[in-house]
Amino acid sequence: MSDCLLAPFRVLDLTDEKGFLCGRVLGDFGADVIKIEPPGGDPGRAVGPFYHDMSHPEKSLYWIAYNCNKRGITLDIRVAEGKDIFKKLVKSADFVIESFKPGQMAKLGLVYENLRQINPGIIMTSITSFGQAGPWKDYKGSDIALWALSSYMYVTGDEDRPPVCPSFPQAFLHAGLEAASASLVALHHRLLTGEGQWVDVSAQDALAIVNLQNQQYWNLARFNPKRAGSSQMLSGVRWSRQKRLWRCRDGFVIFIISSGHMGAPGNKALTEWMAGEGLAPEFMQKINWETFDPQGQELTDEQYRGMMVAISGFFERHTKAELYAGAVQKRIVLYPCNTTEDLMHDAQLQARNFWTDMLHTQLGGTLTYPRPCVAFSEAPCDIRRRAPLIGEHNEEVYVGELGLSKEDLGRLREKRAI
Amino acid sequence: MRKALEDIKIADFTWYVAGPFCTRYLADYGAQIIKVESSKVLDGVRPYPPYKDDIPGVNRGGYFHNYNSNKLGVTLNLRHPKGLEIARKIIMWSDVVAESFSPGIMNSLGLGYDDIKQMKPEIIMISLSSKGQTGPQARLPAVGLHLAALSGFINLTGWPERDPSLLYGAYTDSIAGRYGVAAVMVALAQRQRTGKGQYIDLSQSEAGLQFLIPPLLDYAANGRVLNRDGNRHPAAAPHGAYRCQGEDCWCAIAVFTEEEWMALRRVMGHPSWAGYPRFATLAGRKRNEDELNRLVEQWTANHTAEEVMRLLQEAGVSAGVLEKAEDLHRDPQLAARHHFWTVKHEEIGDSTYDGMGSILSQTPAELNKAAPVLGQDNLQVYTQILGLSEAEFIDLIQQGVFE
Repeated sequence: MSDCLLAPFRVLDLTDEKGFLCGRVLGDFGADVIKIEPPGGDPGRAVGPFYHDMSHPEKSLYWIAYNCNKRGITLDIRVAEGKDIFKKLVKSADFVIESFKPGQMAKLGLVYENLRQINPGIIMTSITSFGQAGPWKDYKGSDIALWALSSYMYVTGDEDRPPVCPSFPQAFLHAGLEAASASLVALHHRLLTGEGQWVDVSAQDALAIVNLQNQQYWNLARFNPKRAGSSQMLSGVRWSRQKRLWRCRDGFVIFIISSGHMGAPGNKALTEWMAGEGLAPEFMQKINWETFDPQGQELTDEQYRGMMVAISGFFERHTKAELYAGAVQKRIVLYPCNTTEDLMHDAQLQARNFWTDMLHTQLGGTLTYPRPCVAFSEAPCDIRRRAPLIGEHNEEVYVGELGLSKEDLGRLREKRAI
Repeated sequence: MRKALEDIKIADFTWYVAGPFCTRYLADYGAQIIKVESSKVLDGVRPYPPYKDDIPGVNRGGYFHNYNSNKLGVTLNLRHPKGLEIARKIIMWSDVVAESFSPGIMNSLGLGYDDIKQMKPEIIMISLSSKGQTGPQARLPAVGLHLAALSGFINLTGWPERDPSLLYGAYTDSIAGRYGVAAVMVALAQRQRTGKGQYIDLSQSEAGLQFLIPPLLDYAANGRVLNRDGNRHPAAAPHGAYRCQGEDCWCAIAVFTEEEWMALRRVMGHPSWAGYPRFATLAGRKRNEDELNRLVEQWTANHTAEEVMRLLQEAGVSAGVLEKAEDLHRDPQLAARHHFWTVKHEEIGDSTYDGMGSILSQTPAELNKAAPVLGQDNLQVYTQILGLSEAEFIDLIQQGVFE
C-alpha cells in the first residue's frame, strides 16, 4: 500500500488494551504496524464482547476492533533471544509503542535511551494510566477511576444517585488517540532534525481536558459544576439549570434552546411546526426569535416553564426519526440519542459509505465495520486488513523480512521466544 | 530548544471547539496560528460561560480561552471584498488552512480547497465538520452535545431504568480535535516527502464512533444493542462510585480480580459480610451487586474519598476520588506533569489553562500566550506579518474590513 500516507513508516506495537488505538490510528493512515504479542496471545484478546458470545482469543470483538490494519507476530521480549530479535526490529522501525507499567521497560533494558542507541531516530511512545513519573505513577487506573480523577464523572449522572461514567470504557481510547497525535508531532520534528524522542502519555492527563471547561469554572468563578441528569448546570446565567435531553415517543432527543445563528432559525421553525399541530402557546408564537435571548428578560418565569412543557408535549408525540427528519428539513438543531442499532441505519452514515464489510474466514463470515473518520484527497484511509490471528505473520516478518531461517524459527519456538 | 512545529503556519478559520482544540494542540508544540474571527458573528463559544467572576463578556469566557491560547487573534470581515483579499494573504502565508464552518460556507466565500489550491498548490486544508462534507444531513449545524447523542454516547450514559444522563460539555470535540491533529501531521509528513498538499474531510460524529467500535461490532455480529448500565461493568464487582465522608464526596472503586477482592476485604478490616459465600466469586458478587454496593458503602462512608483511594491503591486496588473542578487544581499527579499553565490574559489577568496530555522528551509543549481578546493581534498580524503599511491598515479599518 505504497500510496498510503504513512506507508514508509514502521510501528512496533507492544501495547495491551490500554494502547491498542494508537497503533490502530497509525495503521489507518497507512503505517506498517506490527503488533507484537507475547507467545500465546495478547491479554487484550480476553476483553469482550465476543463474536457469537464465544469467549475465545480469536473472537474478541475488542481485539478485532482495535487491531485491524496491523500485522501480528508473537515474541517474548523478556527472554534473551526474544529481546535480541526485538532490537533487530527496532533498527528498521520508526515508532515503538508500549503500555507496560512504568519501570517495566527499564527492567528489560529497553527504555528510550537503550532504543535510541540502536536507532537514534526512534520515537518511543509510552501509554500508562498516570504517566511515567509523579506520586501516583504506580497506581492502578481502571476506566472508572480515571473518569473520576479527570473530574468528568462528578458532573455526570442524576442528582439523587452516585455520579456515573459511560457504560463503555473510554479512558484508554482517549489515551491511545492522544498517543497517536503526539507521536506524529514527534515524527515531524524527526523528519526535520533526525532526532527521535520519548512520548510519555498519561490517560488521566489526556482525559482531564475532555470535559473541556470544567476546570475553568473553578479557575474563573470558584464554582464546582454538579451533575444534573438530563440538564446542564451553568453559572452566571438566568436559568442556571438548562434542560437539554427530552423524551420523545420512542427514545430521546437533544435540543438546546439557544439564540443567534445557531438557535434563531430553528426556534422559529420549531414553533411553526408545533403551531401546525396546535401545540404552540400564544406567547411562544409572538416571540421575535431573531432577537430572542434565552437568558434575557423576554419571558416571565411562568412563560419559560410553559414553553418547556409545550415543547415536551410536542416531542412526546413524535418518534426520534420523525423529529430528526423534520429537523434536517426545517433546520432545527435537534438530534436523536442513537443506539448502536439506530446508527447502522443512519442515512448520513450510509450516504457517506461509512460501513464496510470485511471477510473473517476463521469466523466463517463477514463483519460490518465503521470506517476511519478521516478522508484524505490524495490517499486512501480505510480498513485494509482485519486484525491478525495469533502469530499470523511470524514467518512473513521473521523469515521474509528479518532473514531468519525456518530452522531458526523452530529453535526460537522451542525456547518459547516466539 | 527547537519547538517541534515551529516551522508550521496555520490559517485558522475554525470556531466552537473541535477545530480550535486541534489548532491549539498544534500551537502548544510551536505552530504559529492566526485565528481569524469576526466581531459581527462571534465564535459561538466566546459568549459562553464560565465567565471571570461570573460577569458575562466576549473576552471573559473560560470555554473560549481554553482552546484558543497560544494563537494570534484577528478580526476580519469575510463579507467585505477586501476582507477576502486579506484572508487570501493569510492563506498564502500559511502551510495549513483549518476551518469548521458548515459544509459549503468556505466554497461560497471563494475560499474552498479548489480555490486556494489554485493559489498555493502545496496547501493542506482540513475541514472539521459535524457530520462530514457530504451526505443528506451534512448541513444541519450541531454542537458537541448533539454529536455525543447522535454518535451513541448519551444513550450509553446513566441508569438503565431511567432517562440517560448528559455528558458534560462537548464530548466528541476532543476526539475529533485529536484526530484532526493526527491527520494534519500525516498530511505534513506526506508533503515533506512529495511536495504535495491535500484536503482532509474529518467528520466529528464519525470520529466519536471510533470510540464505540466494539459495541458496533457487537450489534453487527451478535445483534446485541448495548444499553447504559449505571456504573456496572460485566467483568468487575464491586465497581462503582461509593459515598464517602463530606458533602457529596465519592470514590470510584473497581475490583476485577480475586486478588483485588481479597485486598479490598483486607483494607476494609475483614468485615464478616465479606466472607459470605454469595460474595465468594465474581459471579456471586455480580448476582448480589446491589447488596454488595450497600455494604462496601458502609465502609467508605466512614472515610474521606482521599483515604479510600490511598488505602486501596496502596493495596493494589484501582480507586479514584471523584474530583470536583476545584480538586483538579490541587491534584498532585496532574501537578507533577505540569498539566496546568497560568498565563496573563489581556482583560481578565492571570488565568489557568489545561495542557493536552503528553510529555515529549525533546520538544515539550509550552503555553505562553493567553487566548486573544477580540482583535487583539490585528496590528501585529496585518502590518508585521502581512506587511500592510500603517496607512493601508488605517484605511482598511475605516472601510470596516477588520470588523
